[in-house]
Amino acid sequence: MSSNDKNKMIARAASEIQDGMTVNLGIGFPTKVLDYLDPGLSVCLHSENGISGVGPTRSIDDADRNLIDAGGAYISTLPGAAFFDSAVSFALVRRGRLDLTILGAFQVAENGDLANWTIPGLFTPGPGGAIELAQKARRVVIMTTHQDKKGRSKIVRQCNLPLTASSCVDRIYTDMAVIDVTDKGMVLREIAEGLQVDDVIAATDAPLLIPDTPIATF
Amino acid sequence: MKTIDKSLPIETAISKIKNGDTVMIGGFGVPGTPFCLIEELVKQGQTGLTIIKNDANETGMGVDRLLENGQVKKLIVTHIGLNPRAVKMMNEKVLEVEFCAQGILAERIRTAGAGLFGFLTDIGLDTDLAKGKPTTTLDGKTLLIEKALTADYALIHGQRADAFGNLTYASSARNFNPLMAMAADHTLVETESLLAIGDLEPEEIHTPGPFVDGVIFLPELTENYGVIQR
Repeated sequence: MSSNDKNKMIARAASEIQDGMTVNLGIGFPTKVLDYLDPGLSVCLHSENGISGVGPTRSIDDADRNLIDAGGAYISTLPGAAFFDSAVSFALVRRGRLDLTILGAFQVAENGDLANWTIPGLFTPGPGGAIELAQKARRVVIMTTHQDKKGRSKIVRQCNLPLTASSCVDRIYTDMAVIDVTDKGMVLREIAEGLQVDDVIAATDAPLLIPDTPIATF
Repeated sequence: MKTIDKSLPIETAISKIKNGDTVMIGGFGVPGTPFCLIEELVKQGQTGLTIIKNDANETGMGVDRLLENGQVKKLIVTHIGLNPRAVKMMNEKVLEVEFCAQGILAERIRTAGAGLFGFLTDIGLDTDLAKGKPTTTLDGKTLLIEKALTADYALIHGQRADAFGNLTYASSARNFNPLMAMAADHTLVETESLLAIGDLEPEEIHTPGPFVDGVIFLPELTENYGVIQR
């Protein structure tokens, strides 16, 4: 994936974050949506390590050694921020106070199953907070490369990796497409500029429903 | 009457930990990790330890030093993605790793600290993490029974403390510290700022002193506590 494709994907996914939302952003790509947000937006960012009201990241020179987000980035806080312990942090998640979470994925299945915590024997970072975020955020959005490094589709009929949570994903943003997970199956909503619908279908293991209306590009 | 003084030299405090003990360690990444207590544990060399911590720190720091020194039998954690040694040892089966959903780890610790034995949850029900865990039915819902998680010792970093063990934590350094301070049989706290008893306002205290057994004053912080240049 070129950095241009990556940036387009991130910019497209940033539109998920709307005024007034409480949001948790997963480690990696998802955090980068912050670079594309309208500075005038009113939003509350939650971080698993016990912060509500996360603000912009800080440079190393300006960093507070005691103030990181869950991905380890040095951050600031907005006026009105709060610090709390890890039990309170996940009480907030389980109680349904998150409007949105944006997470990464190893695989997403046709029915919305998500696998993102272990590739057994190969890479097992562990679930961190992803199980609770995926199960309890009101809207779960995935941001991921469409295919893995070996060119295999990450959008699959069924996950063969251990699940993080079942039937939890609402929408997927990749470098190739925007796909909704619906009761009827996966629906192709948008494709990246320069691609044809058939390119996306060919790169995707799961069957895609193609609406009759023209497919927008991003 | 006067207030109890629990201040201890670091060597004395850590020497109470025995081979085979279960030790909770506060911190989420660098903030809140009691690096000096961990280094003393490395120096004393107790083995066969079960370590309960959110993460395994990064190479050359904190829990990684215990792994490097062969002192750890088992890790109970939520995430080890930043520690290649932990991942490698787990894959080579020389280290047992029990993964827990992050909030469930926190809640299991909190539950033990509240003197309770377990709780019911739907978190992780459809995952491999539920394997072997008992379930029950409540109001028609199948739920996992998650057991309280206690330990022989908790190692805690407080930004400010008095000698009785009243503690406050700095911003995101709070994380698992106040939960673990309540959950272990014995709680040892290091602090970078030891105040006279009475200098912490009762209203600002995050962990009350009765949960604490030993307070260790750090005259200076090592570079581990600083900002990491990545």
